[in-house]
This record gives sequence, structure tokens and C-alpha cells, in this order.
Amino acid sequence: MDATLKKQLEITACKVRMGIIEGVHSAKSGHPGGSLSIADTLTYLYFAKMNVYPDKPEEPQRDRLVLSKGHTAPALYSTLAQRGFFPEEELKSLRHIGAMLQGHPCIHIPGVDMSSGSLGQGISAACGMALSAKVSSDTYKVYTILGDGEIEEGQVWEAAMFAAHYKLDNLVAIVDNNGLQIDGKIEDVMSPYPIVDKFKAFGWHVIEMDAHDFDSIEAAFNEAESVSGQPVAIIQKSVKGKGVSFMENNVSWHGSAPNDEQYEQAMGELKAALAALEA
Amino acid sequence: MAEVKKIATRESYGNALAELGDKYENLYVLDADLAAATKTGIFKKKFPDRFFDCGIAEANMMGVAAGMAATGKIPFASTFAMFAAGRAFEIVRNSIGYPHLNVKIGATHAGISVGEDGATHQCNEDIALMRTIPGMTIINPADDVEAKAAVEAAILHEGPVYMRFGRLAAPVFNDADTYKFELGKGIKLREGSDISIIATGLMVSEALKAAEILAAEGVSAEVINIHTIKPIDKEMITATAAKTRKVLTVEEHSVIGGLGSAVCDVLAETCPTKVVKIGVNDEFGHSGPAVKLLEEFGLYADNIVKTAKAMV
Repeated sequence: MDATLKKQLEITACKVRMGIIEGVHSAKSGHPGGSLSIADTLTYLYFAKMNVYPDKPEEPQRDRLVLSKGHTAPALYSTLAQRGFFPEEELKSLRHIGAMLQGHPCIHIPGVDMSSGSLGQGISAACGMALSAKVSSDTYKVYTILGDGEIEEGQVWEAAMFAAHYKLDNLVAIVDNNGLQIDGKIEDVMSPYPIVDKFKAFGWHVIEMDAHDFDSIEAAFNEAESVSGQPVAIIQKSVKGKGVSFMENNVSWHGSAPNDEQYEQAMGELKAALAALEA
Repeated sequence: MAEVKKIATRESYGNALAELGDKYENLYVLDADLAAATKTGIFKKKFPDRFFDCGIAEANMMGVAAGMAATGKIPFASTFAMFAAGRAFEIVRNSIGYPHLNVKIGATHAGISVGEDGATHQCNEDIALMRTIPGMTIINPADDVEAKAAVEAAILHEGPVYMRFGRLAAPVFNDADTYKFELGKGIKLREGSDISIIATGLMVSEALKAAEILAAEGVSAEVINIHTIKPIDKEMITATAAKTRKVLTVEEHSVIGGLGSAVCDVLAETCPTKVVKIGVNDEFGHSGPAVKLLEEFGLYADNIVKTAKAMV
């Protein structure tokens, strides 16, 4: 990847992470761990890959993204705010009474392509969007992000069968393999492994990616674009809580918000990382 | 009386889709390996490129329909009522209802008249389930003419619609030339003064038969067809209750949460009236020929007559 672009994306991803912490802290609830693990992927998609139009979010030919792991809405909202779909200020009222930003993605929020959050459902909607593009010969792409715990839901595999059957090569499903779900390690709770082999067996083209390295991210999405006749699954190896030292690989940050002290520490770390990047 | 033509409303559904496919190019049909039974196969034959079988995976089918609607298509997601409203309930709620997407659900084989397949497939709960979803429109047509009109009304309505069709051939009593379907409006089929019989779906023709018998026995029954269960015609229901002060509801559905409950919800607020509900009384069905089952469960004219007479 071009060094300038890479630096820009790293800076943006850092700001996205700050927005996640801001939102979850203001809400006093939410899911920071799995939000931080997809921050780089969302940054790449919205700033370097997808055709989106913040000034006309409903543009019919835009690329779509369905956040199937909808509980990580803070990451999507923070990315959309950075991209200019709505003011960053909105993040401070996440989950509040009367606020625009609901606890889980809602289709009526500018830039949000589908309501989601009940796990396993987003990928089906993404399949419907991809099929819709195919039948109309539209060229837009559809991305969906799933959790590695989420793929324990049976509906995911109904959708996986469907996407391969209808050769939805305009669909890319990203599985965020951070290894942790609420009750613990995914292999202890209900192992979805081997994830790569499962998607291959369902007829998907599978790519493995380092979720925190923009070179790896760019290579994965470029490869995805070259595939025809099959849907693409990108299995991204990620770190839950990435970017905030005390949240990394710690399952207790799946669904809890930082207190004021922890907020200061997290923001301090991210501000230092941002300053280093901008130096 | 001349022999009445009988057509199952699932047949009307398939025919209507095929007939309307030319007029509405944005209409797509999804099914879950039941195209021969839901009759969407009629559409598939005419428009193979606009029909997508989802296999035996109803949850995914509802989500796919949501995604298609979110990108401007009008998808009709079709399967048996048991799987559309039952198995896929939460997907219908969260992926279709909450985002208020323009998905049309064609649910066939509703009610006890599924017959021989027995209790697992006799869905007597779908209206109750669908009524709880905010913004969901529910249509339960009574005959072929009404069912076909309902399909086009669903297309013209922006938002999710649940349509309920039957497996059993139903008498065609509406006149195709004069019939007019108005979403959310009841149809007064017969004026009366002693009792109001409010029916829906397959039970409307039974209610009409019952009213004939009652008239011969000196009881004047008003008959109202409620094809749209949500939003329900509060004005018509309130007016008939105020007029006769006795209401009998008849439906091929559980007495819990269906038409009878919806009528009670209205009248409790607008015009408290004694209501008796004929329906499936909180029990599972079982195997048997549809007509025999309808008799066993009291879903036929003679039982309507008997119940009405006990009320007046």
C-alpha cells in the first residue's frame, strides 16, 4: 500500500477508535471490544474502498455494508461520523433517550444500510442486496461483517449456502476472528472452527487477513474483487479491544463501558498513538 | 342455488402473482422449496428469472427478502404460515418489521384446514404473532376474488404485509366485476339487527350460510367480512356492535390473539359489548380431512347458527 495512504488510514482508524470509546463511555454501556477489533477494516472500507456518498447517503448505486455483528455499532457510527455522514457530536448521545444513534444499527440513520443486531440476520439481508444487484445488473458491492461467535447461528449457514448457490460474487463476508465471545473463548463456548474450511466447504472463496495491518487488508480486498462466480469470505485475525491496552484480548470488555478513570486512560493511549502517527 | 365455484386462495395467490408480474416489473418471488404447494410455481413458470428458490431455509429467505426490499425490489416471500410466521418470526420482526421494509409475505396452508398433515403444519397462531409487530399489515382474504385483489393491494401498499391463504378450496362468493378491495376496510355483506357476525378468511362464506339459516328461523344477523385484520376497521366494528349489541366472531385461527381478540380490543374501548369467539380453542389440531376437522372444531355454519341463537 502507498505509504501516504497507509499513514492516513492509520490516523483515521485511531480517530475511529477514539469515537468508539467516546460513544461507549457516554452511553455507559455497549460493546467496545468487538468494535475496536473491526476499526481498521471499517476504516479501510469507508475511506479507501467503498463508493459511498455522505451528502446523498441513499444514492442507489452506492456500495452497501451490513454490520451483521450489530452490537459493534459504535465502530460503524464512529466510522460514519469520521466519513461525514453525521457530526461526531452525535457519538456523545449514543444509546440516550431521543438520540439518533440506537444501541444497534438502525436503517434510518444516515449511512446505515440495514438494521441489524440480532445475530445471524445481517448476512441474509446482505445476500438479498447482492442478489438484487445481480438481477438488475447493478455493479455495486455488498459487504457484511460477522463475529466469529455469531457464526454459531444456524441462519449464517443458510445464507452461506444461498450465496454460493446464486454465485453472489458481489458479496464479501468478513468474519471478525478475535477469538472471544461473551461467555469466553469461542473454542470453549461452542467452537466454530475450522472457519476457513467451513466456508470453503460451503462453496466460498476464502481469504485470510491480518485485521490490523492495512497492507494485508488491502491485499485481501483486492483479491476479493478478482473473484468471480463465488462469494468471498475474508477471515480476519483480529485482537478484541485492539488499541486500548487493558481491553486487548480481555473478554470482560465484550459488553461493558469504561468508567471515567478507564475512559481517561483509554483516550490517553489513543491520543498518544495519534500524536505519534501525526508526528 | 347454482353450484358455487370453489378455488383455494393459495391458487389465487399464485395466479395473481403471475398475472401481476407483467404490470409490476419490480415484483420478485421467493419460496422455500414449496412452490408446488404455495402455487408460486405458476409465477416461476412465467417469470423464471424473477423467481428464487431459497431451499428449506425460511429464516434466510425472510432476510434475503429484506435485503431485496432495502434495494428497491418488491419481494414476495412465500412458504406455509407455520414457517413464515412461526419459524421465521424473529427475522420477520427484526429484519422486516423494525426497518419497515417493503416485503410481502405470502403465507399459505394457514389454519386447521391444512387437514391430513396434522398439528405440526396447522398454523392457528400466525395472526396473533403478526399482530404484535408494529407496522405490519395483515390480510386474510375470504375467496378467490378477494385474494387476488389483496395481492395487488399489497403491492400498492408501501411497507410489510402478511397475507394468509388457505389450502382448502373455498367457495367464490364475491363478484369479480363489482368487488372492490380497500385495505383496512371491512365489508358489510348483510344487514341485520339482532346480532353481528364478524368473520374472516374461510369463515366468511360459512357466516353467510349461517345468516341465511338464522333468517329462516327469524333471527336477523348482520355479516361483516374483515379481510384486513391489521389495521382493523374500528368504525365498522364499533357501529355494528352499537347497533346489535351482540357480536359473534368467527375465524379459522386460535381464539387467542386473532380476529376475535382484535375485535374485543376495539370494542373494549369504543363500545363494550358481549363478544363470543368461535375459533380454535387453545388446543392443537390433528390429522383428518379438512372438512371433517372444520366440523369437529366448530368452524362451520351450523355451529355459528347454534352459537348465535344462544346469544339472542
